[in-house]
Amino acid sequence: MSNGTINTQRNKSNHVVNVKKRIRVPNVLYSQNIAPYFFVLPFILSFCIFFAYPVFSTIIMSFQEVLPGETTFIGLENYKNLWNPTFLKAIKNSTIYTILTLLILIPFPLVLAVFLNSKMMFAKNIFRSITFIPALTSVVVAGIIFRLIFGSQEGALLNSIITFFGGESRAWLNSSGTSMFALVVLATWRWMGVNLLYYLAGLQNIPKELYESAEIDGASTWQKFIYITLPLLKPITVYVLTISIYGGYSMFAESYMLYGSNRSPNDIGLTIVGYLYRNGIEQNNLGFGSAIGITLLLITFIITITQLKFLGMFRKEE
Amino acid sequence: MRKRLLFLVTIIFAFSMILAGCSGNNKEEVSGNEKNGTKLELWTFNELHGKYYSHMAKLWNESHPNKKINLVVNVYPYEDAHNKLLVALQSGKGAPDLADIEISKFANFLKGKPQILPLNDVIEPEQNSIVQSRLDIYSKDGKYYGIDFHVGASVIYYNKEILDKAGVNPDDIKTWDDFEKAGKTVLEKTGKPMTTLETTDQWSLWPQVAQLKGSVDFLDENGKVNLDDPQIIKVLKYQQKLIKEGIAIAAPGNFHHAEEYYGFMNKGGAASVWMPMWYMGRFVDYMPDLKGKIVIKPMPSWEIGSPRSAGMGGTGTVVTNQSKHPQLAKEFLAYAKLSKEGNIEIWKQLGFDPIRKDVWNSPELRESNKFTEYFGSNIFDILLEIKDEIEGVKIGERTPEVSDAIKTKILYRTLVDMEDPEKVLKEVTKELK
Repeated sequence: MSNGTINTQRNKSNHVVNVKKRIRVPNVLYSQNIAPYFFVLPFILSFCIFFAYPVFSTIIMSFQEVLPGETTFIGLENYKNLWNPTFLKAIKNSTIYTILTLLILIPFPLVLAVFLNSKMMFAKNIFRSITFIPALTSVVVAGIIFRLIFGSQEGALLNSIITFFGGESRAWLNSSGTSMFALVVLATWRWMGVNLLYYLAGLQNIPKELYESAEIDGASTWQKFIYITLPLLKPITVYVLTISIYGGYSMFAESYMLYGSNRSPNDIGLTIVGYLYRNGIEQNNLGFGSAIGITLLLITFIITITQLKFLGMFRKEE
Repeated sequence: MRKRLLFLVTIIFAFSMILAGCSGNNKEEVSGNEKNGTKLELWTFNELHGKYYSHMAKLWNESHPNKKINLVVNVYPYEDAHNKLLVALQSGKGAPDLADIEISKFANFLKGKPQILPLNDVIEPEQNSIVQSRLDIYSKDGKYYGIDFHVGASVIYYNKEILDKAGVNPDDIKTWDDFEKAGKTVLEKTGKPMTTLETTDQWSLWPQVAQLKGSVDFLDENGKVNLDDPQIIKVLKYQQKLIKEGIAIAAPGNFHHAEEYYGFMNKGGAASVWMPMWYMGRFVDYMPDLKGKIVIKPMPSWEIGSPRSAGMGGTGTVVTNQSKHPQLAKEFLAYAKLSKEGNIEIWKQLGFDPIRKDVWNSPELRESNKFTEYFGSNIFDILLEIKDEIEGVKIGERTPEVSDAIKTKILYRTLVDMEDPEKVLKEVTKELK
């Protein structure tokens, strides 16, 4: 093993020397030592400029009062102010939304993907496209359409269906239960196809031989699903779970579009990002906004790490 | 080797061609603008305001041939317009020369060192003719930062048809108690609610609070949150009572600018609504079926002899400190919103009650237009009748927060969920403090 490494290194350096001898001018361009750095440079740069630097300055700003033309350090004041009913409500809303989307957007796409992957399924491609198209729709357009569907007039789509069947029309976006329902329906409509696609990709990577040998052993379809499909889809599930947790907590645009602004009656549609936007941008209080952002970062970080740990993602693969 | 070099040279050449293409385009645009006069950029959140400024720029260029401007007006949605401007001012880049800022957002722009320019030099020469309270709301430390379109006197719009059916004469309604009694009659005789109340916006609550005797408002003299003032609690209790009695209902769509509301009112849904004068345009544009049926009256007062109106809403237009031609921008702004001709145009184009008192009597405001056709010819008599009773409002740094709390919590909890106004107001005040 170790001999092999030395050999390849030697070969590499020989090669470099040879190249140097042949071409003199652009030798830097062909340097194998620099090339890897060169290729990861775009990522490093964009990471530093668009992630590391903003996060760093947000942390600093969360301890400041940021006003146009003047910034002052105020210690933990912003974090102390976070302890208020509105922020707690935002956290509660975001958490309920995240849990509901997880409950729907993991099992259903999984089952649908199994169906769409099955040989017996007809018109697979059409169904795939139908479920995926909503993901391509802009959230602004989708939000406006859903606002019309869930409108409070009797003529709004949902109300007219309900009254047609003898029910009573209601103001969907005015009470917390029904407005959460609208938000979850919107999320389901938009993200079902994406999660389904992840699962389809995962399903196609499961070797057919496993199913064949299971069949030989006399396994039923249900047993195959439980003992082969589910365990082998675990990495995909963990991935979908992680991005869905992040997606749930960072939800903002859907609620904003559903209500036409960041203000909903009794804050029933207020999310953590909505609260950040309201304070940081709308009320020009960037210091406080930063503190909210850092808190959101911590919440999602802790939940994700716990979840990954719990699912054994930090164990070394054997 | 040669091939490689050739490849490299080709790529460099291609890139420089692309770059050259870009810069070429930019130059053309700049020179094109310079021909038409100095370029001034303006951001607004209201399409009608945008049209008005473009119209005024045309008039300006006709009367000031030496100082021609090329006004570029950008209309953004309400929230976007303010947020974009805040970010641009905060970061020191990208702000326009002129911008419209709505009153409930204005205090955000006065925080810290204002990044907008004081307009005292253009306002002071005209100050005597202008309603002072409309200047004070955009001021900080004796400097005026914004110029408004209108006084925004709140009035009440009655549906004459419904009142006639119920046998109620609007002129008999002097106080809010009378209003409640008349409302009961209307409800009994026609089965229709007397009025609608906003549950996610502030235009039903604020006028009633601002018209209170003395200087009671959401903020006190020192700019502190004053929502739990006993008088404000009383106002909110009055509104809750109206809803409990069925005299008022929560506005369909939750506020008086909702599509649902326009449709509801247009069909004669309720007998009245109190809103500022600038709301006339919404009747004309969105409730065409009520033409000729609406009468405008001063709002009822809390007691006989106490004020019957309050200046509501407003849009302060500002010049930013990023403007390359601040003087020209100020002069144009003064022409559009402070001058006599500007104020007359504000009435003609927008139907707003202009901030210059000396134009209210001018013949141009008596000429017939789409507003007089809709509401009758005596609109301005109402304004003249109440001109000394138009109470000002207290605007301060906390205004945006207070306004958010009213829109998201207070009204909904008290008028829809029917919680106790005193408890809600005290709770919210405590949270805001």
